[in-house]
Amino acid sequence: MAEEKKLFADKASQEIYEKACRDSINTVFTKAAELKPCPIGSAGDCCKNCGMGPCRVPEPKTPGAVRKLGLCGATAETISARNFLRMIAAGAAAHSDHGRAVAETFLAAAKGAVPGYAIKDEQKLLAVAMDLGITVEGKETNAIAIEVGQKALALFGQQEGEIAYVKKAPQKRQEIWRREGVTPRGVDREIVEIMHRTHMGVDQDYRSLMKQGIRAALSDGWGGSMLATDLQDIMFGTPVPVYSEVNLGVLRKDEVNIIVHGHEPLLSEMIVIASRDPQMLELARSHGANGINIAGICCTANEVLMRHGIPIAGNFLQQELAITTGAVEAMVVDVQCVMQSLQSVASCYHTRLITTNPKAHITGAVRMVFNDHDALNSAKAIVTAAIENFPNRKSEVLIPKAKSPMIAGFSHETINYMLGGSFRSSYRPLNDNIINGRIRGIAGVVGCNNARTALDNNTLELVKELIRHDVLVLTTGCTAIGCGKEGLLTPEAAREFAGPGLAEVCETVGIPPVLHMGSCVDNSRILIAATAVVKDGGLGNDISDLPAAGAAPEWMSEKAISIGQYFVASGVYTVFGVTWPTSGSKELTKHLFEELETIYGGRWDFAADPKEMAKKMIAHIDKKRKELGIDKARERVLFDMADRRELA
Amino acid sequence: MSKIIASAAIRGAYKIVDRAEAEVKRAIDAYGPNRDVSFPNTNYYLPIIYGILGYKVQKLADMEHVIKVSRNLLPPPVKENHHLPYLGPTLDAGMATFFAEELIEAIKYIDNPAVYVPGEDPREDNLWLGAADDVIMRKRGVEFVDGTAPGFAAMLGAPTDPADAEKIALELQEKNLYVYMSANTDGRTMSQQLVDRGVQVGWPTRLVPFGSDVSATVFSIGFATRAAMSFGSVEPGDYRKILIYNKDRVFAFGITFGFVSDEWYANGAGCLNYGFPIITDTPTPQILPTGICTYEHVVSNVPHDSIVSRAIEVRGLKVTVSKVPVPVAYGPAFEGERVRGDDIYLEAGGGRTPAVELVVSADMNAVTDNKIEVVGPEITDVKPGSVLPMAIYVEVAGRQMQPDFEPILERQIHHLINYAQGIMHIGQRDIAWLRVSKQAVDKGFRMAHLGNILHAKLHQDFGKIFDKAQVTIYTDEAKVKEILEKARALYRQRDERIAGMTDEDTDPFYSCLLCQSFAPNHVCVVTPERTGLCGAYNWLDCKASYEINPTGPNQPVSKGAVLDARYGRWKGVDDFVAKASRGTVMTVDAYSIMRNPMTSCGCFECIAAILPLCNGIMTVDRDTPVMTPSGMKFTTLAGMVGGGNITPGFVGHSKYYITSKKFLYAEGGIKRLVWMPKALKEEIKERFDQRAADIGEPDLLEKIADETIGTTEEEVLNYITEKNHPVLKMEPLF
Repeated sequence: MAEEKKLFADKASQEIYEKACRDSINTVFTKAAELKPCPIGSAGDCCKNCGMGPCRVPEPKTPGAVRKLGLCGATAETISARNFLRMIAAGAAAHSDHGRAVAETFLAAAKGAVPGYAIKDEQKLLAVAMDLGITVEGKETNAIAIEVGQKALALFGQQEGEIAYVKKAPQKRQEIWRREGVTPRGVDREIVEIMHRTHMGVDQDYRSLMKQGIRAALSDGWGGSMLATDLQDIMFGTPVPVYSEVNLGVLRKDEVNIIVHGHEPLLSEMIVIASRDPQMLELARSHGANGINIAGICCTANEVLMRHGIPIAGNFLQQELAITTGAVEAMVVDVQCVMQSLQSVASCYHTRLITTNPKAHITGAVRMVFNDHDALNSAKAIVTAAIENFPNRKSEVLIPKAKSPMIAGFSHETINYMLGGSFRSSYRPLNDNIINGRIRGIAGVVGCNNARTALDNNTLELVKELIRHDVLVLTTGCTAIGCGKEGLLTPEAAREFAGPGLAEVCETVGIPPVLHMGSCVDNSRILIAATAVVKDGGLGNDISDLPAAGAAPEWMSEKAISIGQYFVASGVYTVFGVTWPTSGSKELTKHLFEELETIYGGRWDFAADPKEMAKKMIAHIDKKRKELGIDKARERVLFDMADRRELA
Repeated sequence: MSKIIASAAIRGAYKIVDRAEAEVKRAIDAYGPNRDVSFPNTNYYLPIIYGILGYKVQKLADMEHVIKVSRNLLPPPVKENHHLPYLGPTLDAGMATFFAEELIEAIKYIDNPAVYVPGEDPREDNLWLGAADDVIMRKRGVEFVDGTAPGFAAMLGAPTDPADAEKIALELQEKNLYVYMSANTDGRTMSQQLVDRGVQVGWPTRLVPFGSDVSATVFSIGFATRAAMSFGSVEPGDYRKILIYNKDRVFAFGITFGFVSDEWYANGAGCLNYGFPIITDTPTPQILPTGICTYEHVVSNVPHDSIVSRAIEVRGLKVTVSKVPVPVAYGPAFEGERVRGDDIYLEAGGGRTPAVELVVSADMNAVTDNKIEVVGPEITDVKPGSVLPMAIYVEVAGRQMQPDFEPILERQIHHLINYAQGIMHIGQRDIAWLRVSKQAVDKGFRMAHLGNILHAKLHQDFGKIFDKAQVTIYTDEAKVKEILEKARALYRQRDERIAGMTDEDTDPFYSCLLCQSFAPNHVCVVTPERTGLCGAYNWLDCKASYEINPTGPNQPVSKGAVLDARYGRWKGVDDFVAKASRGTVMTVDAYSIMRNPMTSCGCFECIAAILPLCNGIMTVDRDTPVMTPSGMKFTTLAGMVGGGNITPGFVGHSKYYITSKKFLYAEGGIKRLVWMPKALKEEIKERFDQRAADIGEPDLLEKIADETIGTTEEEVLNYITEKNHPVLKMEPLF
């Protein structure tokens, strides 16, 4: 492979990648060099939705030549839109099925049927109950929780009306959705309807298709994902600021290393508890280990980081590398973004790959299905398996030194609190400093890693460029982990990387210039934060009025497309990097990149180069500042008594 | 550099909460958990704790809960590297500090009830005033409400040079701000520095020596907290509203002198919660981004000569200071200052010499604007300690001038002259009394300056209704007597005219929304027979104010159809009130206490309340801190009536209104009055007896009980039965 091309932004990955090469491990990086993406599929120009195809309809190479249609006559626009929608359906399904699993455990916990799980955050329970339209007066906590659980579960299968959470959006936004007929009726229904509409011979107009894409995506962002976040917060605690460390250097030579990888916190929460159990610690000692070290990968990592400060070993593209250190006794996986290759990598070392979710098997892996009705024992069995594997560690263990400190835990509730304390909590200081220009705007930079581009490179270039221009960055998922590795999640980063205005605000509040808001279902936190900014006043009446933009510079998962779509439909200008899945269809791309803005105030965009991406986002932010009339310095207003009387 | 501030504030909060905890333990050990604890004469318990937490500290044992709450608020210390966000936690630490300090100060009152001097003035042996009681808070609060005082400066410590202290205090006074002083810098206190330099301190001069400990800062913040509850009608425990009310409406800030200790930082953090920024004179770190305060939070290293103007700018306050061409300082802050004994250079009136003040309108051609003349001896012509007769004769002319405005302008003379530093003025009309201090004379003050003041200020405040003003000061006895006679004739005419005005034959009435800066939903409707409840605005004042400022707080209210003559309801008034109260009050009875009595902001002179047992009504004035037969002191009553709410059975009113024909008209008028404080009875005796005679009850005042007779309903009932009070024969109130 081409060695001159940089594969990683961080040293630890490079170091272990070199070990992988020495150990002849066939990683995602080696495969990426050998297997190029299909040029027709990646442009969205291939339809395999029926047995007459696959039909490939790329743009003709000779200018002026007539473009092919699918056998059924489907145009490139329809084909591309259908493909795009199916990505949304898969993404929304993934998030929402995660939400459903949480809701099921939540309801069982409320009924006291699953020992180990309980209501941890009663305040949030009450808030969520009210959002779901449940009267809380005079009811016991558990009764409220049961109702919340039932309502939450019912939301997935709801058939008509509107999902309750859309009411959390700004009023103006809700009206736009109603006007366009895209307010979700239920979660599952919208996903099913995508599958129906994109079946051979159903919806064959890209604008119509895209509306359903929006409806399904909204049922993710303002539905399944948001519920997942909220119910997890109630059960496991709403995140508060927490210190931890990130990168492969968090693995410990003398301890049993267990990596939790995947997305749902239901099991990982229990593994954390089990790992602190004196019996387990004793067992570890009896096997020659000095302790049990839990570290995370992907969004499971983010979940246990946010709530427990558990260190993170790495993001998506580091999953194979973590095993390659030779120091991992067990990698415990559940759902989403778990590479099948893990088993072949694990087989080269002593690592046990343990699949735990009924939905997710991997051929060859150890199967220990997690039973949430006996959660702690399930977890203990897994921890025991890891401990027992410790003596099998082979001689060549390489744990890189590189790890970075980070501060995480920036839930909406935390932001609200940290900006004003218990008595003045609000977003006011944020709004004020956006209005006065110290903060130019807000960017949500989220998403995955993508082996088609150097790990974290786009993310870091983009994020640094944004904060250098005084844009506060909110981040989640694997992007957040990338920022963490670079040290951008520390308050010290403000001084080093942020522009003077943003740095001053960071110093005032004591925050990093990049705020880690959680896992990828926690992108719902960004929606809530954006809404809170709108509601605090002075920056317009809708999310689309805010000087804000979104980006997924290294996306790869279908979930990212669903997320992007719900951000766009919520009024956010959203730029993706690496590749664009409708690039084969100019008309559809124009619809997504231009037309949507006239309807929803938000739109999609694409930029392969992170500098270009930053430029586009900043230009959008500046455009919004101008529309709000906050592009110029304002004079200090001094109040006399008459002015004070005018205050309503 | 906020991190340094946050770290220090959190450390300071720990120290203060630790200290409070130890004090509470010591006090409980020494006095027992059931020992009553309170600040003197207040209805607001320990006001910060009560306002923010809604929790009443009444016994020492109650303090343990507050300690627990404060501990829970204390965040972990800020780590050197990779620290967690600290703004919110620091603000919490600041609030915990205030809670703890209130406990510390309250325990001081138990340890030594004489630790602070009660009332408005320090004593020679004790400079410190401690907590303002509710009488002071209401009286001074009114000035915050009507804008005479836009806010306060909480001063911590003292500058090195006492001359700076004096200069800064004077500058703040000139900007109409209250100066609340606490804490000490290496043992120095600003209060002591001022006293040493001969500056009069105490509430009357707005230079308030609270205490020499930093914990005395809670008296400033307690005042602000009470303002939100009493004038802003914010419920105790509604902490967010209390804090935002202060941020938006109470223009206060902190100034620190010298080294800022951890404890001072902790107090500063507490102030930020209220939106009060901190200005320091040392190179401390700054916090410039906005958010909790309106503008900057902490601005440091400000030189003393610009610290006041910088503070005002940072707080976002607009102070319009009227420049008056006199050689002494000038402003409302000097109104309460006294000139006594050896300090007196010259005295006029006060029973020693005749003294009179008169404003008349004259023909445009007969008045030369800004002509100031002294006829008779000037100050320079007499020795220190002299007396002189005096007549202040003001002639004004202008197209908008009406004879009705003469008494309004004349009534200004008292406070306008009193605003001058070193000059004391009491009374009005032919009972005026003037004292000029030696200090003022040393600075060059002369009798002619009285003219300069009146010319400048009347033009500033009333320039819309007249064009020219000339002032003649007579100190020649013969001329004074001449003016006196002319004046008395005019006074009689005026009194007869205003006395002849009735609500029935007057339209429009006037609104007064002046207090909406503090009580956003309160509306006063001022009629010829019902003055504003503050006692400061009668119908003519409102009319003049409207002419001066047609878009100002006094608007004509067309009566419209009479809906109920007995209760005083008019269609036009109801419509106006509904709109101006932003829909919270839909109808008012101008003449009744029982149904929909008019709302109050909080600056009522008196509160009337029904006494069901007596079938009568009592009233109590702001200055009388005694228990009343309603079972409540004025302060408790005030807590119920203020804030723009309708409270049947209670009504705020002015002293003057008691003798109006329309007072309690719906309930039968002054015959319903069964109890009034003795001092109030004496104060209004003359007018009351007149009114009583008019209704055929010439000895009514004697039949009305007061606190020397009884402070329970039973006692009052016995008394009025014994005296055969006419209320006994009136129809039942219910």
